[in-house]
Amino acid sequence: METPEIRSCDVLVIGAGGAGMRAAIAATEAGCSTIVVTKSLLGKAHTVMAEGGIAAALGNVDPDDDWKVHFADTMLGGQLLNNWRMVEIYAHEVIDRVRELENWGGLFDRTPSGGIMQRAFGAHSWKRLCHVGDRTGLELIRTCQDRLTATGKADVCMEYTLTKLVRSGDRVVGAIGYKRSDGGFVVIKAKAVVLATGGWGKMYRYTSNSWEGTGDGAAMAYEVGAELLDMEFIQFHPTGMIWPPGARGILVTEAVRGEGGYLYNSEGKRFMFEYDPKKLELSSRDVVARSIYKEVKAGRGTPHGGAYLDIRHRGAEYIKKKLPSMHEQFHALAAVDITKEPMEVAPTIHYTMGGIKVDAETAASTVPGLYAAGEVAGGLHGANRLGGNSLGDILVFGRRAGEAAADWAKSHEEGSVSDAELDAEQKRVLQPLATPEKGEGENPYLLHEALQWAMQDDAGIARTEESLNRSLTAIQEIKERAKNMHVPGGRTMNPGWHTCRDVESMLTVSEAIVRSAIERRESRGSQWRLDYLEKDPEQAKVNYVTYKNGDSMSVKPVPHDPLPKEKEELLHHSRFFEEKKA
Amino acid sequence: MAQDATTKWTPPEHTGLAKESAFQRLRRRAPWWLLPLTVVTVLSAFIVYGMWTAFFGGKVYSAPYLSPFYSPQIWWNGPVTPALWVLPFPLLFRATCYYYRKAYYRSFFWDPPACAVGEARKKPYKGETRFPLFLSNLHRYAMYLAVIVLIFLWIDAVAAFDLNGHFYFGLGTAIMVINCIFLSAYTFGCHSVRHLVGGCVDCYSRVRGGAKRYEGWKFITRLNEHHAMWAWLSLFSVVATDVYIRLVMTGIIIDPHF
Amino acid sequence: MTDAAEATTDIRHTQDGRTGRTVHFSVFRGVPGANASYVTYDVPEVEGMVVLDAIHYIQKNLDMDLACRWNCKAAKCGSCSAEVNGHPVLMCKTRVDDLPEGTITVAPMKTFPLVKDLVTDVSRNYKVNASITPFTPRKDEPTPWNIKQHDIERLYEFRKCIECFLCMDVCHILRNHDLHEEYYGPRYFVRMAGLEMHPMDDADRTEEIRTEGGIGFCNITKCCTDVCPEHIHITDNAIIPMKERVADRHWDPIRRMFTKKKESAKPGTAAE
Repeated sequence: METPEIRSCDVLVIGAGGAGMRAAIAATEAGCSTIVVTKSLLGKAHTVMAEGGIAAALGNVDPDDDWKVHFADTMLGGQLLNNWRMVEIYAHEVIDRVRELENWGGLFDRTPSGGIMQRAFGAHSWKRLCHVGDRTGLELIRTCQDRLTATGKADVCMEYTLTKLVRSGDRVVGAIGYKRSDGGFVVIKAKAVVLATGGWGKMYRYTSNSWEGTGDGAAMAYEVGAELLDMEFIQFHPTGMIWPPGARGILVTEAVRGEGGYLYNSEGKRFMFEYDPKKLELSSRDVVARSIYKEVKAGRGTPHGGAYLDIRHRGAEYIKKKLPSMHEQFHALAAVDITKEPMEVAPTIHYTMGGIKVDAETAASTVPGLYAAGEVAGGLHGANRLGGNSLGDILVFGRRAGEAAADWAKSHEEGSVSDAELDAEQKRVLQPLATPEKGEGENPYLLHEALQWAMQDDAGIARTEESLNRSLTAIQEIKERAKNMHVPGGRTMNPGWHTCRDVESMLTVSEAIVRSAIERRESRGSQWRLDYLEKDPEQAKVNYVTYKNGDSMSVKPVPHDPLPKEKEELLHHSRFFEEKKA
Repeated sequence: MAQDATTKWTPPEHTGLAKESAFQRLRRRAPWWLLPLTVVTVLSAFIVYGMWTAFFGGKVYSAPYLSPFYSPQIWWNGPVTPALWVLPFPLLFRATCYYYRKAYYRSFFWDPPACAVGEARKKPYKGETRFPLFLSNLHRYAMYLAVIVLIFLWIDAVAAFDLNGHFYFGLGTAIMVINCIFLSAYTFGCHSVRHLVGGCVDCYSRVRGGAKRYEGWKFITRLNEHHAMWAWLSLFSVVATDVYIRLVMTGIIIDPHF
Repeated sequence: MTDAAEATTDIRHTQDGRTGRTVHFSVFRGVPGANASYVTYDVPEVEGMVVLDAIHYIQKNLDMDLACRWNCKAAKCGSCSAEVNGHPVLMCKTRVDDLPEGTITVAPMKTFPLVKDLVTDVSRNYKVNASITPFTPRKDEPTPWNIKQHDIERLYEFRKCIECFLCMDVCHILRNHDLHEEYYGPRYFVRMAGLEMHPMDDADRTEEIRTEGGIGFCNITKCCTDVCPEHIHITDNAIIPMKERVADRHWDPIRRMFTKKKESAKPGTAAE
């Protein structure tokens, strides 16, 4: 066994996006020594990609808005599968979190009277999204980064990969991993661990996620016995780029439609008139995504298999002012001037509603000492997420997780990591660098691609029992092959080796997605089953929970906490109550 | 534009990806030394011409035109040529100007000659932290002086509309006015002016006249974005004005006028 | 094959976008202390291909071990900085068909210590960042804050920075003169300008900008502005205004006489 570098802290935060940094700020403010670990450099996390804004019912633009309406919109958007207590906490606290961000030096667009400006977004009753142009996520991450740096108390470990959470007795006591820069092993002992590793989209071929979205956090939590919730719910964003091939999947913000963009098929018809004549292009994300999908399948797709998104009628001046990033993105990557040409778009994997099952108040997972916040946690968004609720989510529950982890750390002693466990983990992680058992070994990049097609084709936007089973078979086959992964080179910054680790996480999470999707035999929210096109009132009462059962993965239906009478009445506050109730 | 399902719209032909223009390609592929070489040539030519006109060129005046090199008309008959009393101020302004500093640091000092190109110099680099280059920080005082000179140039330009009490408008008048416009755009688009007008304010809502100062700052910012262009245009227009008046004075050309 | 699969698989097989041409890449390979070299790879060109696509092709098919940083591949995170044909650029934004015919060279950023291949050690940047006086809000300001749009409009540009460090890479003071200890570098003047001009910030960083920051070293040759992928006017809007503020304090006795009292009367505003 190789002697690792050993570090200790009260609270270990894994992930340095918005949720991770907010948790670290909370933990240091509570007086705990904190280590933040990230796979990349600080400030590069996926949060920077968020464009629309933070949904918070400040009522600066529409005075009728308040937390109750926000609660109702979010619950109805999630088809009431949400953890209602989480939604209640969220709608209440996100208001303070936005103001706090401003007090830390963050900037927002302003109303004429000097308040924070708010914009309209799909399925929000009022103008609610606090924003700054179309780069709100970058503003959020930079503000949190500056705040975290200013306190100077958290130790940020950049470019570390953690491979395993360590459990001692019934609780989590730390993590094992390696430094990407030189491949040296580290053991980080912690009294409490906060997972803030974000979502997973990289097991799909066409995704707006960065390479980091491999689901390491969910996979590690699953391995130590945490339960995963609602894994079948994966949000397709209706508009991603499709051409050129290298840009496929990159997000085209919903704000294009918000600013009045039209969707056309190859026959030049605004097809949303057929699918949702009332809300047209601004219908909910799942409806628009499915409509584009149906048009393509009916042979009315664009040359590269999508739809045209046209904003030209707003005029060049307006487009450049309101959608500067989109103008630049299409100009640089596709050489398309969106003021003169329509964009070609198709649905792309965007967000994962499911994740680690957590307690609403403390963000504690089902394993003591382990907390989860942000996209890696499940429950807030139910069957579908509303735009603008993710940036709020990471702030509200990032803070709560950090505080709860600090409380836990104060009342617990440091645990120990056994040499046997460390030795086994080192052998496992180093295996792809050793001589392969069979032949030349498997190329992790090619396994990743095979997995992507298996998920994209058979567990994507439209699902059937048959396709899902086919996907499951493929996953199991790839899992077998993955045991024989081999990469050349050493341990210094070896991306092939890093990919082996990613593939393992993605296989675990993919299996959870497919198994849960098989169980939910209905169409609800983002889950669209061609063999069960209707909603099933019985399944509306349950969440599907994935857990480790010995050596295999099991899924069980768990009835969720019913909405109390007085909370149910709040639902009437939403302007979409009538149509969503059905 | 299509507002309903019945209105049809023709999908575009697949045009392929647009390429950069020939000019952009030329600019990108031009060798890195081309720009510094041009700057050295043009600036040197200006200095040589300025020296020549100041010391040997004689007084350039042909009613109603007065060359910018000889304005204001103080010490018209003094012991040395009047240009020497006037020239130092605009020269000082240009020497400390943020744009010209870039131009000559790159072209004359080769510090750096171009971006991401190695530097030959091995001496310790001090930038603008030591004498004499740190004197560039006095740019704003040079600006005040340059504004005074500019006022005189405008007076000259207005005076050129008047020949012996009669309205006069010739090609020379137009050239003098254009020269003044270029010089004004250059002088008032200066970074120091921008700073004094609004750049130094942290919160416009909390200073007197803040909204106006912000508007002023925005206007100067628009000029300032093209500061390099105004710097070169005004340099050429000064020389052009001098040359034109010299040609009229010597009778080589006859000033067309109303 | 179900309905679900048809649409996507059709596209996959018929439209990989290959143009039929091959592009040659000469990529820096090596670690510190060992013999580094440029290795040539042949990559099939795909329509609209960017340099990062080619690096990914190489990693997947030719050389799994080639190290390179990247995250979003959409020019939003600023991770994939490198020098392509000698120009500091984001690889995800640099289209192959925009580059001249012939072999394309890809090298790591020269200013920072090499880790491996295209990856450099940029940790010093984070140290500089930590030493800057952070945002210090005015005291006794009632929340929620009232800020007018025109008070923050010019700050937006500074907040666009994605920390790709291309400006730090191209800056000759760091790149050629190695004044890493004396000079903060363009990125951090952008940050300081954003803090100094913040309407609610109460700290005064003028001395810090002059001494620790070493703003006098900048000779405004604007290479940082040229390479910025976010088109931030680093020199004109961040560095020069900071130089002017330093001049207010150290080179303008007249102005100082006039403004001293007002400054203390109005916290947060520089001289009026």
